[in-house]
Amino acid sequence: MGQTLAEKIIARAAGREHVSPGEIVTCSVDLAMMHDSGGPRRIKPILEKLGVEVWDADRIVVVSDHFVPAVDVQSAEILNLTRKWVAAQGIKNFYDMQGICHVVLPERGHLAPGMFVVGGDSHSPTGGAFGCFMFGVGATDMAGIVATGETWIKVPETISIDWSGKMPHGTCAKDIMLKLCASLGMDGGDYQVIQYCGEVISSFGMAERMTLCNMAAELGAQTGLIEADDTTLEFIENVTGARPDGQSWHGDADASYRKVLKFDADELSPQVAAPHSPANAAGVDQHAGAKITQAYIGACTGAKLNDLQMAAEILQGRQIAPNIRLLIAPASVRQLAQATEEGTLGILLAAGATLLPSGCGACAGYGAGVLGEGDVCIASTARNFQGRMGSKSAHVYLASPYTVAASAIAGEICDPRQFLDGGAP
Amino acid sequence: MKHETGRAWVFGDNVDTDQLAPGIYIKRPIAELARHCLEGLAPDFAASVSPGDIVVAGRNFGAGSSREQAAEALRHLGVKAIIAQSFGGIFYRNAINFGLMPLVCTDASQIGNGDRLRIDAPSGEIFNLTTKRNCQAQAMPEHLLRIINAGGLLPYLETRLGSDVKND
Repeated sequence: MGQTLAEKIIARAAGREHVSPGEIVTCSVDLAMMHDSGGPRRIKPILEKLGVEVWDADRIVVVSDHFVPAVDVQSAEILNLTRKWVAAQGIKNFYDMQGICHVVLPERGHLAPGMFVVGGDSHSPTGGAFGCFMFGVGATDMAGIVATGETWIKVPETISIDWSGKMPHGTCAKDIMLKLCASLGMDGGDYQVIQYCGEVISSFGMAERMTLCNMAAELGAQTGLIEADDTTLEFIENVTGARPDGQSWHGDADASYRKVLKFDADELSPQVAAPHSPANAAGVDQHAGAKITQAYIGACTGAKLNDLQMAAEILQGRQIAPNIRLLIAPASVRQLAQATEEGTLGILLAAGATLLPSGCGACAGYGAGVLGEGDVCIASTARNFQGRMGSKSAHVYLASPYTVAASAIAGEICDPRQFLDGGAP
Repeated sequence: MKHETGRAWVFGDNVDTDQLAPGIYIKRPIAELARHCLEGLAPDFAASVSPGDIVVAGRNFGAGSSREQAAEALRHLGVKAIIAQSFGGIFYRNAINFGLMPLVCTDASQIGNGDRLRIDAPSGEIFNLTTKRNCQAQAMPEHLLRIINAGGLLPYLETRLGSDVKND
């Protein structure tokens, strides 16, 4: 019986030829990534109690993205603790205020097909876009991993999700994910692997693939996964200078999948998830007209360069509505630099957007742009749980960067397609 | 754990980690954070829950973030076990790491708020002392039971690393 890609990666990491879904195995970790919230401030005291140092400083990546830049003394102290710990442990892969971990990690060349990677954050599945098995854990789990270099895992099954057809202009990977959240629910992934395939996925660049894998977390999957192809290998080669082996890392033709679901992109329309769940998604027409007070383009899910370009396509030559604010927190410093150089940032600022630092920001209620009582925000982030972005009485709608930008112009939720292809401003 | 009884606190589906450990308190010490645990769903929970009490829930308990404070807060409040139809995967691991017993039970909806329960940990049998209608949860895998019985991942590793054993 052939193996799925996930089974192959786990088998290799566990030192086995073959693993079966449901087995609990112990895997050696190729790379462990943590950030300033779930990382050193929680892990340092645990390692001190255990009386150990990290197992391999070169296999650890630390990114400061939650508490950056420091808005109060406590945040500043957490960041300083992070910096000191990294230096004391001899960890060279430290990205301080360079952007959000899930975007920085592949940007700096740390991921390759076939790797078994653990991240101290629930959106760690983003890494699966690169054909590696990457999943999220909490801080104590991460401490155990950096102390021993290994962790237990129950081998998951794989659910295959195939998207065929062509993405209509004005829709993007975020709309696919909102549609899937509505179709499958917050636990449809059942802590298994969601593997994306099909002509739409093949047509996507790495940024859109990252969005798909990122929001596998919202489907309750253990991770998202996309088999490597030329697009993947080229991306990695551009970053690292070396083309990795993608050949070895594919599922067998006779592998067994728990489910195979097929969707057609031709019928996809812009989607909006209403408060307070990503699964509360429907076509934008269901919520068109709902007044907003804030539009937010940010987070690992929705502020990469391509997301900023989508927003710019809508906002070009237009202004945001009075009495609302459009906040933009680019996912990484490098992508902000590219956006600046190519003119994308200029378009956003000319439209009236406010530029925020690269980091998780308001998405999880940590940074600038949190919401007060009665605020209504439309965001390109992944989660709209009640109280997550600030006040418990605030309402958050999730949407694509196209839809967020369009709604910022209108001052209410609206279909972005009216601003595309020669639509009236 | 084996023969303690506790009161059941019943919740619905998709109780997320923002409910268990609200982000606005995430920099506070656990004693303070725990006071706000589940306050959005049950304002009296944190103040009224007693050591040994059991959280009972529907599907996808602990959905969302990897913040382990979601599990740590429950432990701090004295909760020993959580019975749910299903768990968010990261939360499941975090619960084990904090010595909590996360039991998967498809019949969890039979348990009423306030019922007194006794859990037999290794077998997963749940005795409902109030209704006399017992439920069967999935037995905890051996490997994970060892971590829970040690009191969580940290005490478990302290023993293992102390005795220089790398693999079981």
